[in-house]
Amino acid sequence: MKREPVKVKESEAKERINSFAEVVEGYTEQEALIEAQRCLQCKNPACISGCPVGIDIKKFIFQITQKDYADAYFTIRQKNNFPSICGRICPAEYQCRKACVLTKKDSPFASEQAILIHYLERFVGDYGIRHNLKISIESAGRLNRHKVAVVGSGPAGLCCAGELARRGVKVEVFEGLHKTGGVLRYGIPPFRLPRDILDVEIDYLKNLGVGIVSNFIVGNMKSLHELQKEGYSSIFLGLGAGTPSFLGVTGENLCNIYSANEFLTRVNLMSAYQFPESHTPVNIGKRIIVVGGGNTAMDAARCALRLQKMNGTPCDTTVVYRRTEIEMPARRLEIEHAKEEGVRFKFLVQPEGFQGDERGFVTKMQCLQCALGEPDSSGRRRPVPLKGSDFELDCDVAIIAIGLKANQVLTRVTPQLVVDSHGDITVNPLTMETSIKGIFAGGDIVGGEGTVIEAMGMAKKASEAIIQSLVA
Amino acid sequence: MKKNGLIEEHAILAESQGVRIRRMVLYAPEIATKAKAGQFIVLMVSEYGERIPLTIVSRDATKGTVTLIFQEAGLTTTFLGRLVAGDFLYALAGPLGTPTEMACYGEVIIIGGGVGIAEAYPVAKAYKDIGNRVTAIVGARTKDFLILLDELKAVADEIHVTTDNGSFGRKGFVTDVLKELITKHKYNVVYAVGPLPMMKAVSNATKAANIKTLVSLNALMVDATGMCGSCRVSVDGKTKFSCIDGPEFPGHLVDWDELDKRNKIYASQEAHVCKLKLAQGSLT
Repeated sequence: MKREPVKVKESEAKERINSFAEVVEGYTEQEALIEAQRCLQCKNPACISGCPVGIDIKKFIFQITQKDYADAYFTIRQKNNFPSICGRICPAEYQCRKACVLTKKDSPFASEQAILIHYLERFVGDYGIRHNLKISIESAGRLNRHKVAVVGSGPAGLCCAGELARRGVKVEVFEGLHKTGGVLRYGIPPFRLPRDILDVEIDYLKNLGVGIVSNFIVGNMKSLHELQKEGYSSIFLGLGAGTPSFLGVTGENLCNIYSANEFLTRVNLMSAYQFPESHTPVNIGKRIIVVGGGNTAMDAARCALRLQKMNGTPCDTTVVYRRTEIEMPARRLEIEHAKEEGVRFKFLVQPEGFQGDERGFVTKMQCLQCALGEPDSSGRRRPVPLKGSDFELDCDVAIIAIGLKANQVLTRVTPQLVVDSHGDITVNPLTMETSIKGIFAGGDIVGGEGTVIEAMGMAKKASEAIIQSLVA
Repeated sequence: MKKNGLIEEHAILAESQGVRIRRMVLYAPEIATKAKAGQFIVLMVSEYGERIPLTIVSRDATKGTVTLIFQEAGLTTTFLGRLVAGDFLYALAGPLGTPTEMACYGEVIIIGGGVGIAEAYPVAKAYKDIGNRVTAIVGARTKDFLILLDELKAVADEIHVTTDNGSFGRKGFVTDVLKELITKHKYNVVYAVGPLPMMKAVSNATKAANIKTLVSLNALMVDATGMCGSCRVSVDGKTKFSCIDGPEFPGHLVDWDELDKRNKIYASQEAHVCKLKLAQGSLT
C-alpha cells in the first residue's frame, strides 16, 4: 500500500501577502496520524543520521501513530529543545527528509514521497505548547553549584542554555539587542515563524530557570575574563554570523540599497511594516530587486512583496541569482512560496554595479548574463559571466542577500580568542572549546553561515563538553 | 529600584527660538565603567521606538552614570526630551564604537559645532589628559547654544568661540578661525565633530595644509553593532561601518557627498511621522 504524502494546508497566496501572518497552517491530528502511518519504520532508520541533533525520528513518528503525542513530544525534547521552531524552519528536504528511505538515490534534496518529518515535528511541538508539557530538570546535585554564561540568544545560545539548564546548571544568557532570539527574531519573518511561538519557546527556557539579560554587549560592557572572575565556570559563545557581505561593485552605497540584514531587521525586529505606529522606517520601492539565492534572499523578497501589497503599490519584486533554480541554496518550500506569492526570478544574472539619481537614490542595476561552467568547491556549477552581455534592470530598492560573515564585536576586543581568516572562532571540533580554556563556541560564529539546527547541533556538543568539564 | 536605563537627571541645557538642547544623566554602571572618549550608546525610548545612537559626553564610574547631551531634532529625540527623572529608557546598550585613538600628538585643535560641542568635550579632555596642548574652537548659531563653555575652558589651553550672528565671540564660522590658526602656527591633529557641512569644511581647510584630521560621523544606524550596514560610509574608496569601524574616520578620505545623501534617506518619513505623532501628542 503506497499512500500519497499528506499535503499541509497553507493560506492562499493572494490572501497571505496582505499580512505577516503564518503561511503554513500545520497538520490537524487526523492529518498527522495519516502522515505518520506512511512511515515505514525502517529497521535501520537513515532519517536520524540526517538530523544534526539526532532526534529519534522513527520513535516519535511511531508514538504519533499510537496517539501518544505527549510521549512523542518528550522523545523529540530529548534531543531538541525547540520542536515548534525547528518544525517550521528546518530545511528538512536537505536533512532528515533527504536521508529518508523514500527519497530517490542521488537526489539533491528530498523527494516528494519522503515522509514530511518536519510537519510531524511541528504538530508534536505545538501539541506540547497547547498542553503545557514540561520536561523535568535533573537535580544532579553537583551541577547546580555551577553557573554558566551564554553569549548570544540566537539558536546556538538558546539551545546550549536549554541543555545546561535541564541538567541543573544555573545559566545566564546575555543578548546585545533589546529582544531575544537572535536571527530567529531579527532575520526570520513572522510569516515563517510566528512571534508567539518564538516567545513560548524562549519562555520555556525561563521556566527552566535560565536568566536572560538583554541590552548587554559582552566584550564592551564586560570582558570574558571579567565574567570568568565573577564566577561563571564556563562561557558559551553563540555570537552568530551577523556581518552582512556586500557585492563590492560600484554604486553599492547608493540610497535604498540595503543589506538583507538591515532590511529584515528593520521589518522584523523593529516592526517597520507597522510604520508609523512603529517609528523605524523602511523604504518600499515600485521595483525591488533582491540579489541572492538563499533563505535570507527568499525572506527578504517575500517581506518586500508583502510591504508593496500592504502599501498599495503593485507587487514588483524580483530575485536575481547568478546560477539557476536547482543550485539555489534556499529551501525548496521557500522558493515555491515566493513564486506562488508573485516574486519573480531572474537566473544567471550577475550584478556589476548600480546607478542612481541626483539625490543619490538607486535607479538601475547593471548586470552581466552568465552561463554555468564547471562545478566549484561546493559541487555546484560555477556561474561564468558572458562578455558583452551587459544589460540593465530598473530598480528603486535593492536588497543584497549574498551571505553573512562572523560578528566581530566580541572577537575584536578579545585578542586571545583565536579566529580563522574569515573571523570565525577556532574550536576543538570534539568539544567546541576555543583557544581560551573554559570558553566554548558554536553556531555560525564557528562554522560560518549554516542552518538553525546545525547551530543547535554544535551547541549541544558544546553543552556536553561543558557538563563534562563541570563534573570533572 | 536603580536599574540600567534609569533617568537620574534631565534638564534643558539651552533653549531658544523653539530649538532645545537637553542634558540627561542615566544610570548605567557597566557603561560608566567602560566608556572611553569617542564612544556612544544606543537607546530606545519605547518598545515601538527607533534605536538611535548618542555620544557619551561624560561618565562617572563611582556613581555609575553616563551623561548625554542631545538636541530635540527628530521624533526620537523629541520623545526622549519628554521623559523625566525617574523614568526608564526602554533599552540602553553600549559603549559602542571604536574609542578615539589616544596619543600625545603635541598641538591639537578640537572643533565642536552646535550640539557637537558636547561631543567635542570628552575628546578635548582626553587629549589634554594625555599631554597634548589643546586649542578648542566652538561655534553655534547664537550665544544661547554655546554649551559646555566652562567645561571646555577648564580643559583647553586656548579657546575660540564663533556664532553665526555674532551674538557672542566672533561672528562667522569655526572654519574662519581654523584657517587663521593653521596659517600662523603648526598643529599636528585637528579633530572635528558637528554638522556634516562643518566637518566637511574643516576637512577641506586642513587638506591643503596636510594636517591629520579626524571627524566623528553621524551616520544612520539600526542595531549599531555591525549587523546591518545602514551606517556604511566610503572612506578612501572602501566601505566602512560607522558603528564598529568608526564613528571616527580620517576626514580627508570620507566621501562627504555620499554620506550627506545617505543621511537623508528617510527625511520625508521623519517629517511625516514627527508631524503626525506630535499632533497626536502621544508617546507611542
